[in-house]
Parts: sequence; structure tokens; C-alpha cells
Amino acid sequence: MPDEGTRVIITVLGYDQVGIIAAIASILADARINILDISQTILQGFFTMIMVVDMVESSLDTLQLSDILSSKGQEMNLSIMVQHEDIFKYMHRIG
Amino acid sequence: MSFGITKEEILETVTMVQVEKLDIRTITMGINIQDCRGNDGKATGIKIYDKIVKSASNLVKVGEDIEKEYGIPIINKRISVTPVSMIADGLNAEDMVTIGRYLDQAAAEVGVNFLGGFSALVHKGFTRGDLALIQAIPEVLASTARVCSSINVATTKAGINMDAVSQMGVIIKQSAEKTADRDGLACAKLVIFCNAAEDNPFMAGAFHGVGEPECTINVGVSGPGVVLNAVKKHPDMELGQLANVIKNTAFKITRTGELVARVASQRLGVPFGIVDLSLAPTPAIGDSVADILESMGLEKAGAHGTTACLAMLNDAVKKGGAMASSYVGGLSGAFIPVSEDQGMINAVKAGALSLEKLEAMTCVCSVGLDMIAIPGDTPAEIISAIIADEAAIGMINRKTTAVRIIPVPGKNVGDWVEFGGLLGHAPIMAVNRFSPARFIQRKGRIPAPIHSLNN
Repeated sequence: MPDEGTRVIITVLGYDQVGIIAAIASILADARINILDISQTILQGFFTMIMVVDMVESSLDTLQLSDILSSKGQEMNLSIMVQHEDIFKYMHRIG
Repeated sequence: MSFGITKEEILETVTMVQVEKLDIRTITMGINIQDCRGNDGKATGIKIYDKIVKSASNLVKVGEDIEKEYGIPIINKRISVTPVSMIADGLNAEDMVTIGRYLDQAAAEVGVNFLGGFSALVHKGFTRGDLALIQAIPEVLASTARVCSSINVATTKAGINMDAVSQMGVIIKQSAEKTADRDGLACAKLVIFCNAAEDNPFMAGAFHGVGEPECTINVGVSGPGVVLNAVKKHPDMELGQLANVIKNTAFKITRTGELVARVASQRLGVPFGIVDLSLAPTPAIGDSVADILESMGLEKAGAHGTTACLAMLNDAVKKGGAMASSYVGGLSGAFIPVSEDQGMINAVKAGALSLEKLEAMTCVCSVGLDMIAIPGDTPAEIISAIIADEAAIGMINRKTTAVRIIPVPGKNVGDWVEFGGLLGHAPIMAVNRFSPARFIQRKGRIPAPIHSLNN
């Protein structure tokens, strides 16, 4: 069975603008979701941010978080994806 | 990053999903309905309906949850059942039609777009149930939206049942005529097989084989777009190395399928059956198997060299996929449906791809002549002969082959046909008009082939 871990990866793609991290971080803080790592890069000309967060004490489940962040994304004209860590572990490692 | 996966790997996954259209093509729940027999069509239909609704009520919800949690689109949630001719043996064609309608209602109730298993296995001969079911096919496919039918007319061990081949030519014509107002759509839901796979999750040919458990989850992965981009990055690479690139990519695609299959099976409390490694195109631009062949160096799919490219592609996909999943099965190969693959459509339009070349390609890839529209006035014997040729390829090469062909009423070469959605659109292809009628009218069985002296 897959190891149902508690980490989730949030990927943000779009044009750089003031307040992206702040907007997402405040949603996460409100839900008691801990940010473990943040990194930024440019992918095919787009601003790209990757966040690894821990959901262990979260008041939201992954589906709720995904809904909230994707509507925030629409508001800010960004594409925000929320994905459980296992998709990356499975794709890139034989566990 | 802090969990052992690099930033580059995360971005690669995100690119595969967002840009290259990686998706899970189908989660298919196989359900045994052998315990659903009633006294007549209605009683049997009600029992089957109840069992499907009970077993699959959560299927769509679980699929949608997985889709969101892992950020990977799951295009179809589907159901396959035990071949209906076995459950309903002894009933008549009218009863079979009734059962078909209950299957359609059950599929609608649980929210799946297709349900497979209105099927019969007749490679060595017919039971009375098989004959009744085959007789009911045109009416069932014309009057339902979701029911898919498949008939296995040949195997490597039994040979080819030419009585069935002859009959299926007529059934295909009748199915097309009954849906003449929809360009013969019924035929898009009917597959004629040689060596049918019992755990195939892909429609229209899915059914729940007799060796299968009570209930099982089979997953079909996809990803021609991902393979295409990987091949495009290496325009001049030597073929051995290119095979490695394809294997690597197929591995990643299949791992995604493995994860989805495991999570779905755990949440539904149903055993994990297999992951089907097929490269399955969709009508979306860039999601095409023909484009991969062209990126390997062909001007157009269908050019000389196509069969060799496809053989290498298919084999590399299997090698990479087999390492990524604990249970591989189903059809596992490249699908080349014409109407569902924009690159194939373009190749036909350009005059590069003929029915004969498609037939040659099926010697080395998975399915067969798939979603091919032909003139509506094509005689039943020619359709039967096309089925016989495909069955012969499957029988001799010990592989699955199939025919899903649509003689579109009132249309001719040069016309177009629009099926809509995942079934796509296609140009009508030319068929060799010389008559095989006397061969088809002989009927009987083509004996099983010898298994040594393999040349």
C-alpha cells in the first residue's frame, strides 16, 4: 500500500507579482499547515514556486486545501496545484 | 527538497501533467455478475443492476478524490462485467435486449460513461446464449448510450470461427444502419477480437473474464504527449539510446498508474488487478501516437518505416512499464485508433496512411483496426474479410487483435464523420472493393495454427 504521508507539494505557476507567498502563507497559517521548504525558479518563462508543507496538524484535508488554493489562484491569475507527496515519490523512485 | 525528491523532479512531474497532458485514461472496475441469473431478462437485469450499483456506487467519487489529491487527471471511470452471454444463456434475444437496458441504467446510476461486457466468447463455436446475444447487439447498441459489446471470434489455440466472422460482418452493418442518423455510432461500441484479454480496462473491448475475482480494479495509463516531448528533445539520437529515453518515460507514466491503482483499490476495498501499459491517444492536439512516430523521423505516419518505428516504440513502452508496476496486463501496447488521434487523421487526409498500412501496423502493436470509418455501402462480406485478416494476424502471432470499424451509412471516401467527445472524428477511408464473398460464404473454422516451424 502507498505510504500515506502527511506532506503535500504546492506548485504555483504564473506571472510574478507582489504578495504571492504572503497570500498562500496566510491561508496555510490559518489552517495550521507548516511550511517545510520553499523554492522559486523560472520554468519556460513563468514564475514557479514550489512549497513542501506538512499537513499533520492541519484543520483542512488535501481536497479542501486544493479547493481554497485554486480559487485563490484564479483570483490572482495564477495556476496553483496541490499534490500529495506520493505522486512524486512513485514517479521518480521505486519504493 | 526536504523529502528526497529534487526540485527538478517536482517540476518534471508538474510539466508532464500541465503541459504534456499526462493522465490516467481509465479506472475500470471489473464486477463478476455470474450470481445474477434470474428466470427471464427482466429478473436477470434487475439482479445485475442491483449488484453493479452496490459494488460501484463509490467508484466515481473515489476517482475524483484521487484526481484532486494527487493532481493527476483521471479521464474515465468505467465498469466491466462478466460476458453477458454466459449469465443469460438459455434466454432469448428479447431478454438480452432487456438486460442491455438494465446495464445502461446501472452505468448511468453510478455515473460511468461506458460499461463493457455485453459480450460473448465464440472462438470455437456458439452456445444458444451466444447466438441470442449476438442477435441483440444492434438493438442494444442503438438504444443504449453506455453499453459496449465485444465478441471474441478467434484464439491462437482454437483457430478462427468463420461462422462468427461471417455473422459479425452482418451485425456491424445492422448496427450502423440502426444508428444511421448518428453516423453509425453503434459500431464505435462494438469490438471483434482475436485472443481477447480478460482484464483489459479499455473500452469498448473491456469485459470481466471468467478467471477474474469477484471484483477488481484495473487501470489504464496514457501519456503519448509525454513520450512525444521526450522523443522530440532528441532529434538525432541513435535508436538504441532513444529506446532508453522512451523506456525511462514509460516507467514514470506507469508509476503514476500504479499509484492510482493501489490507492483506488485500497479505498474501494477491491483487489488491484493490473495496470495496462497502453499508449492511448485522445483527439487533443499533442496527445497522439502518430505524432510520436513522426517525431522519430517519419514525414507522415503511414510512410514506409512506420511499422518498424511502432515496433520499437511499443516494445520500449512495455519494457519501461513492466519495471514500474507489480502487475501488468490488459492489452499493453500502443493504440492507433484513427478517429481518436489527430496525427492519424492528418496522415489519412494527406494520403499517407491506408487501411493496408494500418493492418500491417497491427502486427506489432496492441489492438488492431480501431475506430476506422469506411463507406456505408461496403458489403458485409468485405467487413467480415477485414475481421478475418485481423484475426489471422492475432492467431498466428499469439497476440490480441481487434476490429472496431464503422461503415457510415450514406457516406463515401472523402466525407467526414463526427462521433464527438473521446470518440473523435474521422475521414472515410477507402476499402479494397474486390469481393471476398465466396471465401466468407464457405464458413466453418480455420484450424488452430501449428506451434513449431515458426517462419
